[in-house]
Amino acid sequence: MFRFIVRRLIITVPMVIIVVSLTWGLIRLAPGNFYTSEKKIPPAIEKNLREKYGLNRPWYVQYGKMVKNILLLDFGTSLKYEGQSVNSILARALPVSATLGLLAYLLALLVGVTAGTLAALKQNSRLDYASMALAMLGISLPNFVLGPILVLVFSLTLFILPPTRWGGFPSLNLILPVITLSAVYMAYLARLTRSGMLEVLRADYIRTARAKGLSERDVVLRHALRGGLMPVVSFTGPALAFLIAGTVVVERIFVFPGLGTYFLNACLNRDEPLIIGIVAFISISVLLFNLLVDVAYGFIDPRIRY
Amino acid sequence: MWLTDSSILEYGTDGMNDERKERAGARRMADDGEFVAGTSLWKDAWRRLLKNKLAVFGMVVVIIVTLASLIGPPIVKAATGYTYDFIPSYGQGLTKSFPPFTSPDGAFSWTHPMGTDNAGRDILARVLLGGRISLMVGIISTLVSLIIGVSYGATAGYLGGKIDDVMMRIVDVLYSLPYIIVVVVLLAMFGGQSPLSQLILLFVALGAVSWLTMARIVRGQVISLKNQEFVMAARATGVSTRRIIFRHLVPNTLGPVIVYATLTIPQVMLSEAFLSFLGFGVQAPLASWGSLASDGVQNIAIFPWQLIFPGVTMALALFSLNFLGDGLRDALDPQMRKV
Repeated sequence: MFRFIVRRLIITVPMVIIVVSLTWGLIRLAPGNFYTSEKKIPPAIEKNLREKYGLNRPWYVQYGKMVKNILLLDFGTSLKYEGQSVNSILARALPVSATLGLLAYLLALLVGVTAGTLAALKQNSRLDYASMALAMLGISLPNFVLGPILVLVFSLTLFILPPTRWGGFPSLNLILPVITLSAVYMAYLARLTRSGMLEVLRADYIRTARAKGLSERDVVLRHALRGGLMPVVSFTGPALAFLIAGTVVVERIFVFPGLGTYFLNACLNRDEPLIIGIVAFISISVLLFNLLVDVAYGFIDPRIRY
Repeated sequence: MWLTDSSILEYGTDGMNDERKERAGARRMADDGEFVAGTSLWKDAWRRLLKNKLAVFGMVVVIIVTLASLIGPPIVKAATGYTYDFIPSYGQGLTKSFPPFTSPDGAFSWTHPMGTDNAGRDILARVLLGGRISLMVGIISTLVSLIIGVSYGATAGYLGGKIDDVMMRIVDVLYSLPYIIVVVVLLAMFGGQSPLSQLILLFVALGAVSWLTMARIVRGQVISLKNQEFVMAARATGVSTRRIIFRHLVPNTLGPVIVYATLTIPQVMLSEAFLSFLGFGVQAPLASWGSLASDGVQNIAIFPWQLIFPGVTMALALFSLNFLGDGLRDALDPQMRKV
């Protein structure tokens, strides 16, 4: 187990470097740069600025320095937000995105697993069909259509919830964004739970549990769920990658100052250190999270050995 | 008890092997020109598909949407004179976005069944064009991912051993990366040259990131096929490795590949919509459902029909494609069906 974790941690380093190098290459190979997209600045000033940020050095020196900084987890200084380090921007934006993502995932887990379990217990009932059709709708309805429709209904017609803007952690402003973000995962989790539970409910050990006289409630909650939720656990890893993409959209709809918003602005401004910093940060967190999920998997499923 | 279960997990694929064997056998006989009595895989699958009401619904809607996108624009042009980029000239300063079935003077009119957008363009015409573009992006990107995924997976599966290990490890690694973020960077950096080059960039970028699952599926299929007699026969007669992979193995993986390709199309369309919403997708005057919905979001409070019609059309199309894909999976591959 320990060796497994160490090996995975070591693999993480080259993977992050590959992603970051790819991003760096894309930014550098593209025509134009940060200064061409800005208002015209006098050549002398541009020269000084380039010197300050080391942009006049040969590309391999700049590349080496960039990789070294990433390894040291120091992502440099933003070009657009002058004088602010990328790390301080990350520290400011992360709580917003993390709150949003975590709440959305918890909501999805709660609703998705409940709906999936009920659907599996009453297979082929009206409830089953209804929840699965609803789940398919959740998968098919893009979150940027769902979000504005929710705003239209709850904020602009019924006036019961605030439409946009970040309002700190426990605030009404979070309700619509969290629902918007979690809809897709709710749907996926409901489908995964249903198929996982259907498989488990036919297993011999469930028949044994029933045969020894356990109540249906105990059979489902204590025996079936543990096996039936395995697909849900293994979906957690990919879900994080999806959540990040979803957060970009939701933050844009609801004007939240999170990672996604900074990432989009950085792309539009060609703010190289900020783009690379965010990409590196996201890759590192996704990889570490995946490792965590794999370790957790080993604890839940005693058949898995590392 | 866990033991029983794990043996099902481990040997569960063997059942699949038998199914494949039968299928490959049936196909071989068919190729030889022998009559195979009534149990053709495709006929059987078709019958099963027709029994699935949701899948039939999906298929009908997909056909309607596709036909409408293909032949709709000229019909709309003939009926109302509007095309996707026709901007009528109204007076200055007035709103040009009219609700559905309303003419500029507020009376009932058939001209714009879905209303008009901010520039006064007919939304129906634009939704039909959006269908063309969205379906095109979905299909072409899926083809790109199909080509990469099938060659990659088949090669890894057939060669096996160390090469397979390394190749599939790379897929695992790519799986856990937030590649859509890199796609955003790619489009932000290289996009925006012209509507056409943007489309090509979209095809390639979306195709290049959606082949992973396809590679895994094909590899699994090829591994279960590669030790069968027909491959051995090919090898014995000196057929090259490349030819064995592409002429003998790949055609036998067609069923699962078709199923997964059908399920990839809506995923790619959703990714395209995501990129269009962020402003990195299809560019004006062209439009996709995603870019139309994205324009609509800006005006949701005043002109909700600008979002509702493209958004609902897209959701309906994706919904149907997903159901069709699920139905095809159940029909073509009863083993993969979840009970």
